[in-house]
Amino acid sequence: MSLLVVLDHDRGTWSEANDEAMTAAHTLAADMGVQIDVALVGDGALDLSGQARAAGAAVVHVANHPMLTDFGPEAVGETIVQLIGAASPDAVMAVGTSRGNEILAQIAARMDLPFVANCMSVTPGDGAWSITRIQWGGSLLEDTTLVTDGPKLLTYGHHAVLAEAAPAPGAGIVEEFTPDLDGSLARTIVVDRDVQQAGVTLSTASVVVSGGRGVGSAEGFEQLEELADLLGGRVGCSRAVTNLGWRNHTDQVGQTGTRIAPEIYIATGISGAIQHWVGAMASKRILAINIDAEANMVVKADYAVIADLHKVVPAITAEIKRRKGL
Amino acid sequence: MNILVCVKRVPAPGSKINVTSDGMAVDAAHLGFTTSPHEECALEEAVQITERDGGQVTVLTLGPVEAEEQLRYAASVGAHKIILVPTDGSAWDPQRTASALTEAIQTAEEANNQPFELILFGNESADSGGFQVGVRVAHKLGRPIVNAIKGIDPSDCAVTARREIDAGFEVYNVPTPAVLGVKEGINLPRYPTMKGRLASKKAELTNAEITAKAGGQTLVRLHRPAEQASNTEILGTDESAAVAIVDILEEIGVC
Ligand SMILES: Cc1cc2nc3c(=O)[nH]c(=O)nc-3n(C[C@H](O)[C@H](O)[C@H](O)COP(=O)(O)OP(=O)(O)OC[C@H]3O[C@@H](n4cnc5c(N)ncnc54)[C@H](O)[C@@H]3O)c2cc1C
Ligand SMILES: Nc1ncnc2c1ncn2[C@@H]1O[C@H](COP(=O)(O)O)[C@@H](O)[C@H]1O
Repeated sequence: MSLLVVLDHDRGTWSEANDEAMTAAHTLAADMGVQIDVALVGDGALDLSGQARAAGAAVVHVANHPMLTDFGPEAVGETIVQLIGAASPDAVMAVGTSRGNEILAQIAARMDLPFVANCMSVTPGDGAWSITRIQWGGSLLEDTTLVTDGPKLLTYGHHAVLAEAAPAPGAGIVEEFTPDLDGSLARTIVVDRDVQQAGVTLSTASVVVSGGRGVGSAEGFEQLEELADLLGGRVGCSRAVTNLGWRNHTDQVGQTGTRIAPEIYIATGISGAIQHWVGAMASKRILAINIDAEANMVVKADYAVIADLHKVVPAITAEIKRRKGL
Repeated sequence: MNILVCVKRVPAPGSKINVTSDGMAVDAAHLGFTTSPHEECALEEAVQITERDGGQVTVLTLGPVEAEEQLRYAASVGAHKIILVPTDGSAWDPQRTASALTEAIQTAEEANNQPFELILFGNESADSGGFQVGVRVAHKLGRPIVNAIKGIDPSDCAVTARREIDAGFEVYNVPTPAVLGVKEGINLPRYPTMKGRLASKKAELTNAEITAKAGGQTLVRLHRPAEQASNTEILGTDESAAVAIVDILEEIGVC
């Protein structure tokens, strides 16, 4: 009787999402009354067995194969399907990162089983499981039932669970496993990487200064750039701005853009549509600058200034420079 | 290259999403509808590829008869053929949707006497966001699929696809016929021209009646997440608020 957790890593570098996965797994496994086993696939996986044990894994399945050096959704999906065949877990879960959801979808497609993505809470039952999951990127929740004869397949929404230290380490028995992979699965394995300069990214910035349609033009963003630079932050934008071609999509905050979690989010000229809000709501504090006191962004913000952003933003920059003697 | 794009009709809510009293759907009484954003970009990509290299774009949707609106829109921005799998308007679960789409694709391919060299999905649908329909369809068709794609470069017998990761891109070289899950940002979708709008009225709509059995995931009820009550502190109504703002920035240690 087990819950199998598919962990993620990049050539032996533990993914932060694994801590969330194991935290969620502890609750679910306790509710199911089963032990937690984990699956680690590919090069470098063996090096992570200690971490998996510390996080509470009873059995650490380490799957390796010459084809599994780099990520490939079909090869990894097929590997886990074979592991499920060998270990017969009652449920298989991951965190709903881009890879996590794709791997579980691959397993579900191969086994023709239902798969519930981005769960918030899961209540196991003898027949149907009752699940609450994320729709609309978090703007809406769905209560759903999961009924299947096979193992239950699910992911927890990324950041839906706050990672906590394991209550106790697991036995961490390492079981190595070599899947039988057809050479044709190489068709979806990474052939190259194009790694760019990291630096402060939108998702990790401690300050995000964002502009919406109210900024009025691509040039209007220069004021936001200046303020963001001064604060060591990044410029963000709304989808209206991306669609107008004023900013690149990499700057977009929201459901179909980036989720941010800065110390402070300065949202200027943004109305605060629900699809924008879900990307910004994890910010510690929100300051809205808008001419409309009724705008959703203003109503939901911690602080607001009801005025023209083109007057307020340069004034903030000037005040910072004045205080710093710049 | 002949390309098929699967798009979904979704409501376009504003500042909050309301749910119907039975909890089974988004209350769209006062809302417009749109195409899920990732899929809008998938369509734009398909149109750009065929404009460059030749071929045709077919767009397929499963939904209520009103989804014809999204198909006509697709035709107005460059799709050549449009196919509707009509439903009674209720939400279909991912397994059921995937079975029906697969059958519709197989029927279209038989009529064309050849497979679509490329089938594009969105990475996830904007409303239900199941992250799986494309993967299920690809598997049923026995074709490769990679998700989260933000760059497509077709060549003979293969497509080079770029997947966004934290520090850059992963590159895949996928043999055709292939399936890809596309993300917004791969391109900037065009707006329809007057000429496109007129042409879209003439585009021939194929109806594909398909029955598929329900899968193991059943919708019980939709509801809004609990909202934290917020007490917005108004710092001012003109640029003199800058002083109070910089006080806050200093207090939280970002300035
Ligand atoms: C499925 C789906 C997914 C989506 N995903 C995203 C997403 O990821 N991110 C996203 O942002 N949107 C997303 N959207 C779009 C979203 O619904 C809104 O259309 C968009 O966020 C609006 O952008 P905006 O606030 O810049 O523009 P508007 O709604 O037009 O708001 C402009 C604001 O600027 C204010 N303003 C005007 N002039 C000034 C001035 N001089 N000074 C100060 N304020 C001024 C106005 O009062 C107004 O509040 C999505 C939509 C759908 C349907
Ligand atoms: N009803 C539908 N009609 C056409 N395509 C769909 C439908 N539902 C989902 N899809 C496609 O499958 C992708 C993934 O959907 P999902 O599994 O719901 O996240 C979407 O981005 C669409 O491209």
